[in-house]
This record gives sequence, structure tokens and C-alpha cells, in this order.
Amino acid sequence: MYKIVDKIFLSPNVFSLEIEASLIAKNRKAGHFVIIRINDKGERIPLTISASNIEKGTITLIIQKVGVTSAKLSLYNKGDYIQDVVGPLGHPTRIEKVGTILCAGGGVGIAPLLPIAEAYRKAGNKVISVLAARTKELLILESEMQKHSDELIIYTDDGSYGKKGIITYGMEEVIGKEKIDLSIVIGPALMMKYAALTTKKYNIPTMASLNTIMVDGTGMCGACRITVGGKTKFVCVDGPEFNAHEVDFDEMLSRLTAYKEEEMIAYEKYNQGD
Amino acid sequence: MFSEEEIKEEREKDWRKELREKIKSSDRAKKERISMPEEDATSRSRNSVEVNKGLSVEQALSESERCLDCANPTCISGCPVGINIPKFIKKIESKDFAGAAIILKETNTLPAVCGRVCPQEIQCEARCFYTLKLGKDAVGIGNLERFAADYERNSGKISIPEVSKNNGIMIAVAGSGPAGLTAACDLSRLGYQVTVFEALHEIGGVLKYGIPGFRLPNEIINLEIDNLRKMGIHFETNYIVGKTESFHELKKQGYQAFFIGSGAGLPNFMNIPGENLVGIFSSNEYLTRVNLMGASKPEYDTPVLSGKKVAVIGGGNTAMDSVRTALRLGAEKAMIIYRRTMDEMPARKEEMKHALEEGVEIITLQNPVAYIGNDKSRVRQIRLQKMTLGEPDASGRRRPVPVENSEYLMDVDTVIVSVGVSPSPIIPLALPEIEMTRWGTIKVNPDNMQSSVPWIFAGGDIVRGGATVILAMGDGRKAAIGIHEFIQNKIK
Repeated sequence: MYKIVDKIFLSPNVFSLEIEASLIAKNRKAGHFVIIRINDKGERIPLTISASNIEKGTITLIIQKVGVTSAKLSLYNKGDYIQDVVGPLGHPTRIEKVGTILCAGGGVGIAPLLPIAEAYRKAGNKVISVLAARTKELLILESEMQKHSDELIIYTDDGSYGKKGIITYGMEEVIGKEKIDLSIVIGPALMMKYAALTTKKYNIPTMASLNTIMVDGTGMCGACRITVGGKTKFVCVDGPEFNAHEVDFDEMLSRLTAYKEEEMIAYEKYNQGD
Repeated sequence: MFSEEEIKEEREKDWRKELREKIKSSDRAKKERISMPEEDATSRSRNSVEVNKGLSVEQALSESERCLDCANPTCISGCPVGINIPKFIKKIESKDFAGAAIILKETNTLPAVCGRVCPQEIQCEARCFYTLKLGKDAVGIGNLERFAADYERNSGKISIPEVSKNNGIMIAVAGSGPAGLTAACDLSRLGYQVTVFEALHEIGGVLKYGIPGFRLPNEIINLEIDNLRKMGIHFETNYIVGKTESFHELKKQGYQAFFIGSGAGLPNFMNIPGENLVGIFSSNEYLTRVNLMGASKPEYDTPVLSGKKVAVIGGGNTAMDSVRTALRLGAEKAMIIYRRTMDEMPARKEEMKHALEEGVEIITLQNPVAYIGNDKSRVRQIRLQKMTLGEPDASGRRRPVPVENSEYLMDVDTVIVSVGVSPSPIIPLALPEIEMTRWGTIKVNPDNMQSSVPWIFAGGDIVRGGATVILAMGDGRKAAIGIHEFIQNKIK
């Protein structure tokens, strides 16, 4: 059982949980994720570790309410326990000094982007971050990202904050005035697809952190499989980061819909108080 | 393993002599083998009750009498863990069922498991005197093993193997499947302080996530695991050795040797077009959702796609488990598609018989070449190619050869790919210094299961690739002895 020591809402549907998991905190690096199960009837879901504190022995997970499990979890508070947490999973981000990094984070994708931006900056890179959200209310972690970026540009779909537009506008804006050596794109799959297409035009090496369906998270089942460079890879043991220009995002998007109907039915039942 | 002398000595004991004198061998040999009672095929195909019901006391007594208590018991050499088979069977005949269970546990950590899932027909029973010399059905060794184990469990008086005084030396076991559980049990009996680390949230490995409840109920595994806890073995779930903490970190904490039993969990795919369509699963994913995550039960949150026209590609026990699970999830058509013939299928004959009784269609000499999806990217057809058998390949079985211009389309809505598994890469990645084979398995000395790193031993599927529960247990046993010798030599 893993104790929740802090909980904050970052936006109406996005919340952060700080959880006691000292072994995971000790060995965690940027890019790692965990699989959690909230109770003994729950499903196993993957969540990126957005921060860790070795002295306190805690990890921080940022979760968006999208269905039954995340909705149930949003009702957990400080002092509650999550039944199972396992990690750190996946390959950590390969941090190198390459020059100037363009970090592009969309929606809740900003959460996994944060530790990566931090690590690249600490390694001596210049970090330019573009954050995008549909509206001001949904923008998260702005000040945290500001801390770890040499420059921060914000776009909202409706123009309620920052500039009006989508993330690819912001990316083009940056590419137009800086030589970018590497780009990291994290967000909804559709966003990453278009972000990758954008950087491909300019031959900028780009890494995406993929968020597929997972069950075990340890390479055992293949639920998370995607096609990268024409070959099948497992996001949980080969990723979660891949060369964005080689990822078949259309296939990834279709695989993400596998349980759409079941998820919708279950969420409706849950919201009706079943 | 017992020596020939030990086996002879036991056979010469008075109680064994008396039993042999009670009934003449010729009378014993006249009896027919008692069949395992089974649940009705139609009803059982729609629920999760265990298919094999177990022998009654009368049936077990009768079957135990068939055993001739041979002077040279060839059956023992067929058992990967070397159970003294005649001894436990004769305990049953003498109505000491609890005694039979104790004898089983001397050599077999999980007799209730083995009695159910071992392929006895190619192991002990294949080497029974009846099979080898009389051309008759073997003694029902597996059924009797299950009887004794179940009897003990149901009696509530479960024997815990004798444990030597705890010597305080810490050993780590990575993986709580059959290999790890056996290594842990044997090491614990030798006095070591064992901790078993398991990546998943439940203990049992493939026993829990892979083998369905209608063959091996989870409650039975949990009871066996409780027995291991009572021996003093510690279990840690949600812990991946090599990722949660490294081998070297654990060594620093005082673990003097490691047994790696992390299994072959990585599913093989065929890499044909359309294989990543929605509705195409590896058997691991399908079975894990149902067996481990309760996907067939409404109160559990994990979903599974339960199709109406389900095709399982493959012919092993896992394929049989998958197709029979599909039936239980409501499939109207549940098919096995296999590229050779039924004679070459590696699945246990009993599993195939049960599958056919339940209404599974077995389609042979056909192989998928591509999958076609609908506009929602869900699989809706398989393009199948007919096969014929050619010359034998490396496995000794005749090689399947595609028949030209024989492709056709079959309608399906769910496909389960069950064409084998490979070792999980996680632990080898965490141990770059360990010598691996080119198939991703850990190289070990077959006599003591020691790897190229002296303090690391390994067994089960991580060494063999996808194999069986009992072979994994045999490896765990060997490794425990190997670790014991390694530690004792270090101490000297």
C-alpha cells in the first residue's frame, strides 16, 4: 500500500498526487513511468513520474480525469492509499548536451515533459519550451516549466492566455528564429503526430514519449505495441520514448480506441453512481 | 532426487511388503484405469468451474491398487523433480492420504499444481510399466498426485515441510512463478532466509496470469503460497529486480546469491500485415486480462474484447487455454488455427480433447498471412493460406509448406496470437555482465544452474524459453542445491 502525502488540483480535471514510494524515488530518472492499481478490482494504468524526492521518499504523478480509474483516483486525498505502484519502468530519457532543445508540451503532456526539460537544462542545453492547452484554465505547470526553460512560449486554442493557436504554430515560431538541435514532443497522440510532422520538415531530430494502453508494463503482454520504423516495438520495455519521425501515429491512434466503447459505458455507469 | 539405494530401501520397508502381499500383481493388472471425472462439456464451456473434478476416495483407492510397486520403478525417472512415485501411491493404498501428501511435498513444492498441469502422459506415465511393457493405460499418477494434495488441503491440516534452523544468510529470488517458488522452498528448507521479489501485484507468475481457473484455480495457488510464507519465506510484490533496485544494490543489502526465475513473458508475434489492428491480442495479454485482472467479471475494472468469432493462432497449451477462455467469454465460434496437423500439436492431448468437447473448432494446415480491418481499425478478416507438410525441421516435426494460390478470407472479430514467448529483456538489460544466448535466454551450467556471474543462478523459462511448469520447478530445485554449494564453499 502506497500512501498519498499530498494532492493538488492543477486544473479542473488534472490533479497531482505525491506518493510514498522510496525505492522508486531512489532509482527514478527523467522519462521513467510507473504502473499503478488503485484497489484490488482496479485496472493497471501507466503514469509518468513527473517529479521525485529522495529525502522524502516520494514520487509525484500528474493525472488527468478521463475515465473510471482516473475519476476514482481524483477522489483520493492526502492520507489515502493506492494499492499497487511498480517502477521505475521504461528507459530513462537519454540526456546529452546537444545544444538547443525545443520542448513542446500539449495539455497533460506537459507533466512528463517537465522532468525532461529540467534534465536537459541541467546538462547544459538551452531549453526553449512551447506549451499549449485548449484554454487558460487547462494550462498546467507554467511556473515549473518557466524555471527550467530559457524561453517559454504559451499558446491556447481560444487565445485566453498567451498567443492564440495550436502548438505547431509555437514550434514554427521557435524554429523560425533559432537553430534547434533536438526536439522533445509530449502530449495527446494527435498532437505528437503533427508536432513530429512539423519538425520533420526541418530535419530536426525529434523524440516523442508515447502513452499507449498498458496492462503489465513489463513487456509481458504486447498491449502497448506500436510500429516504429516498420518494426513492432513495445512502449513499456523499448520506450516510452521513440524517434517521433519513425512512429506510426495513425496506428497508435487507432490502437488507443480499442476500449473506447467499454470505457464510455463504464464511465457513464460510474457517473450515475453505480 | 533420491538415489537408487534410497528408493530400494523404502520399497523394502514392512508396510510396502505387506501391501504387495495383499493383492497379487496379476489381479492388480486386470483393473482398468479410472478416468478423471469431468464437468459436463456444454455447461462448463460457459463458466469458470474447474473442468476436472478430481478422483473420489474410492476411485483413488482403486487406482492406487493398480500400481505394481515395481522393483525397478521406471516412472520415477520420468519425473523432472524425482518424486518417489510408488511410495506416495502406496500411501494412498494404505489409506494414509495425509502421508501421501507429505511424501509428495518432500520433492514437489506445489503438488496440487503439478497434479493438474504436468504433462504426465509424456513424463512419469509414459514410463510406467503398464505403458512400456503391458501396452495398457498407465497408472493415473497425475490424478493420484492431485487427489493427495487436494485431500490434504481440504482437510485443513496442511503439512509444512521441515525447515532447518535459519542460518541468517539472505538469498534473493527474482520471480514468483514455479521456478522461483521451488527454489525459495528448497533454499528455505536448507535454512536460508529467502525473499521472493515479484514484478506483478500478485504472486504465482504464469500460474496466476497464464493458466486459467478452469484448469488451475487461483485459490489453490494462494494456499500453496501461504504454506511457503509459513516456512518463513518473504514475498515482495510490485518489485522488479534490476529496475526497482539493482542487483548490486540488493547485494549491498546483504543478499549473497540470486535465483532468476523471471520467465519468458515477452509474446512472439508473426510480423504480418495488420497484426496491430484492434482486436488482435497476444495470448499473454488476453489471458492476463481474464485470469489476473478479472476482466470477465463485471465488478473488476479491466476490460477485454470478447468477440463472437474468435480465432486463436497456435497449437500449444496456451493456445488451448486462450480458445477455451474465448468460449467462456461468450464466443459463438472459437477456433484454433494451426499450420501443421493435430498430430504435431504440442498441446496436451487432454487439453485438446476438452477443447473439442466444449465446441472448439480445430482448423489444421492453415496459417495467417495478413489481417484485414474495418473502418474502425478492428480486425474483421484473416487472410489464410493452406499448408502441406514437407520434410522435418529442426524440431523434428514435418515442416509446413505453403500451398500456392490457396489463400482465402475468413471472417473473425478477435484474434489471439499464441505462437510462443521469448524471455523478458528487463533483467538481462539490468545485468550487462551476464552471458546470454542469442535467443535472449540466460546461459547456465546445466548441472547447477549457475550463470556466468558466480552469485547468480537462473532457471525456468528465462533459461529454456517457453517451457513447462514442472521443468521450471526442476530447475528451481537444481539451482537451490547449486546456490547452497556455492555459499558453503564461500564460507569455507
